[in-house]
Amino acid sequence: MSGSPSIFAPAGVGAGQIASLGWLLTIIAAAVVVIVGGLLIAALARPRRDRSHEVMRGTEPASATRWIIVGGLVVPACVLVGTFVATVLTGRAVAAPPTPPVATIEVTAHRWWWEIRYRGATADQSVLTANEIHVPVGGAVRIDLASEDVIHSFWVPQLAAKTDLIPGQTNTMWIEARTAGVYRGECAEYCGLQHAQMNFVVVAESPAAFAAWLAHQREPSVAPTDSLALEGRAGFAGHQCAACHAIEGTTSLGRIGPDLTHLASRRMIGAGLLENTPANLERWVVDAPSFKPGVGMPAEPIPLAGRPAVIAYLESLR
Amino acid sequence: MATVVADIAERDAPVERLARIWGTPPGLLGTLTSVDHKTIGIRYLVTAFAFLLLGGLEAGAMRAQLTHGDTHWLSPEAYNQFFTMHGVTMLFLYASPVLSGFSNYLWPLMIGARDMAYPRVNALSYWTYLLAGLLIYASVLVGQSPDGGWFAYVPMTGAAYSPGRNIDFYTVGLTFLGFSTTVGAVNFIGTFFCMKAPGMSVNRLPVILWGTLSSSIAAVVFVPALTVACVLLYLDRHVHTHFFDAATGGQPMLWQHLFWIFGHPWVYIVVLPAIGIASDIIPTFCRRPLAGYTFVTLSTIATIMLGSGVWVHHMFATGLPQMSTSFFSAASMTISLTSGVSVFAWLATIWYGRPQFTVPFLFMCGFIILFVIGGVNGVMTASVPFDQQLHDSYFVVAHLHYVLLGMNLFPVMGAFYYWIPKMTGRMLSERIGRWVFWLMFIGANLTFFPMHITGMLGMPRRIYTYASGLGWDTSNLVITIGAATFAAAVLLFLIDVVRSRFVGPLAGANPWDAPTLEWSVSSPPPPYNFAVIPTVRSPYPLWESRLGERPASVLDAGPALDDGRETIGTDALDGIPVAVLQMPEDSPWPLLLAIALAWVSLALVFAAWSWALIGVGLTAASMIGWLAPAAMRPVRAESAGSDERVPTTRGPL
Repeated sequence: MSGSPSIFAPAGVGAGQIASLGWLLTIIAAAVVVIVGGLLIAALARPRRDRSHEVMRGTEPASATRWIIVGGLVVPACVLVGTFVATVLTGRAVAAPPTPPVATIEVTAHRWWWEIRYRGATADQSVLTANEIHVPVGGAVRIDLASEDVIHSFWVPQLAAKTDLIPGQTNTMWIEARTAGVYRGECAEYCGLQHAQMNFVVVAESPAAFAAWLAHQREPSVAPTDSLALEGRAGFAGHQCAACHAIEGTTSLGRIGPDLTHLASRRMIGAGLLENTPANLERWVVDAPSFKPGVGMPAEPIPLAGRPAVIAYLESLR
Repeated sequence: MATVVADIAERDAPVERLARIWGTPPGLLGTLTSVDHKTIGIRYLVTAFAFLLLGGLEAGAMRAQLTHGDTHWLSPEAYNQFFTMHGVTMLFLYASPVLSGFSNYLWPLMIGARDMAYPRVNALSYWTYLLAGLLIYASVLVGQSPDGGWFAYVPMTGAAYSPGRNIDFYTVGLTFLGFSTTVGAVNFIGTFFCMKAPGMSVNRLPVILWGTLSSSIAAVVFVPALTVACVLLYLDRHVHTHFFDAATGGQPMLWQHLFWIFGHPWVYIVVLPAIGIASDIIPTFCRRPLAGYTFVTLSTIATIMLGSGVWVHHMFATGLPQMSTSFFSAASMTISLTSGVSVFAWLATIWYGRPQFTVPFLFMCGFIILFVIGGVNGVMTASVPFDQQLHDSYFVVAHLHYVLLGMNLFPVMGAFYYWIPKMTGRMLSERIGRWVFWLMFIGANLTFFPMHITGMLGMPRRIYTYASGLGWDTSNLVITIGAATFAAAVLLFLIDVVRSRFVGPLAGANPWDAPTLEWSVSSPPPPYNFAVIPTVRSPYPLWESRLGERPASVLDAGPALDDGRETIGTDALDGIPVAVLQMPEDSPWPLLLAIALAWVSLALVFAAWSWALIGVGLTAASMIGWLAPAAMRPVRAESAGSDERVPTTRGPL
């Protein structure tokens, strides 16, 4: 992921259609500003025989009324009708995906992270992960949006327009990536203390790579082989980690925080906050609130002695 | 009508007597009991400007944080309180009250009256505004300022996710402030329809009256939506009702509808009087009447009517069906037609006029440019799919600041340069004023134009920090430089105001050779405004002889009405005299009632029910005190001179 999550660098079908509308609107807007600004300058600077301070005599020229009606009503009305038609056409185009969705993803917003579930045919076909969404290039993906607490908004500027996640209702949108890449996603609706640090990534990859990723994510975690990581697994379950976090294939079943079954395969930790490197993971585990004040994860959840083992275990969760 | 004027004997205006009748006694008591609209207007202006400075400091703190990525100078708690208080301050405590200040000060002077329709209500409106502002800022003292944004969306602001007092200051403070707004609006409406000088029909009114009337009617209609929302949220938080709680059958979207049904018209409430100000200042410096007066006034009214039906464009991302969003999209775009009419009326006035490049006129030119930019980027966000990209990004921050600075602050700055000489009797400096204008114009564009781009580059609003390397760094640096430039302009303006109080050249009655009635009286005006009630025959009474209009207005003869505080009441449309109005004396009750209401509000913030109950008792006592003596006071039947035919009524309040 590099550069800006610009709405004018679209990599998705919906964002692409909106970008075209956006260019049209931007050009019209710029033209209006230039024309009216030009008229203002012309009106101020036009040659006058008499520039005196005297009050001007005479009645209002009929052409003044013409200017007001034509310039203020008729011309803008024509432009607006065109704008509105473009709006409705684009709105219809982005309302539904061009082809039936190839996958459905349930996104549940929490303060301040994203729970991601790929619905499977059966319960054990489902995939639960957090803050990272994978989608196949060239296939539409349906996204069901719900919130566990307050209102959030799901926004991947380069792929599709944003939709809010509102408690008590499920909103639906779709994305279809055109080009492979890693795209930044953000919470766009102010949701409290850490609204700024509620980001995620969307990985658009070839359908084959996507299928492989999904198959791997369906698997439970693999028990580590080295002794330090094994000690860490016991430590994870024994300390307070398991109260909030689940790791499939173990006895850790917490549901308050993100599922960590394949933590090491993710690109970022802390909802888009830090790159997922062993050093960052350790810093995060030691003192998450210093990076993200208000986060649910407490500081020092693991005594110093047990820490290297737990980090080694988490690093094994590929 | 003709007979009334004929009956009015030309006679020496007993100005000393009038000054004694209308003057406010010196000293603290006089200060606290005055109901003079000029005093109240200036208080509004000073208080609103103080809040503008506070809101500006909050903005400065945010800009310091956002200058570079990965800055953590402000904690997220502090930043979220800063941006919330910035919004609340600018929208509620500056933008609307500053216009109330101008309207309060100017209206009676512009329409040839001696005071507003309800002078004591006017004082009440100011005191409740001041105390509501202080109440909201008292949250700073306990370190729990509102932190839910000025829109305070539930459920984030419910008890579960905002357990502190922060949101209580918001709900109670705004309900209290709504009281001030509403009674103030009623006063404007009453004044508009009853207090115009004889002959001042509605087609002869300065445009600021139309702007403030439209705003006032909207305030009376729409502030209750905010009040209801705040009361419901307060009940949810303190009495465990479930209006907004989805888990128990409540509806979070109810808040958004209620808030924006109020919130969108509020934007027009805080710009229409300012747009009216522009329509009044531009003709003075183009040396000709406003082109298309009727178009401009009708578009003012059309704006507020259309503006009442567009609130859903704040909710395009909430998952509403396309059919509904399209409707609100079309309605929102239509508003640009009414704006277009006004813009071309100003352009035509300039084109056919002789522009004089004074400081107030420079601000009007800057206003037109910012108005157009704030209009077209508004059309961009009115387009549903594009808005679903732009919504809650910095693009919207750019849009709303172009609207509010362009359509409120720039006209207000021009209005300060234009009318401060009337208020103080001394001119501001043209030389300093030019610096203020250019720094402000460049600063505003440098601050807010790049926000369009940061928004399009995907930067969301209301984030306390951001990661470097997302392409947002350069524009944010430019924005902060722009904000500093803007702050320099404000500072320079303050220096100019203070300087002019001591060394500004004397203004005289009409320093700009302006056409409207307020310029016919001395600067500053006497407490009674007009020695005789004028009779008005055109929209530009002071230019009539030069415009060649007949018949002429009569400004130096008319009823003196010096048997007490009296002014003329006329009918709603044509300015036909119908009554001599007995206006109330200075009174302590508005202040006492405001204090009692503040008591109730403060007790409610801390959910101290018994204290609130005592406050309710004090409120009732103040209202009884206010009303009882007036009911016992005898109605004065006789009035001045020979105009006995005019029926006499008492001012209703």
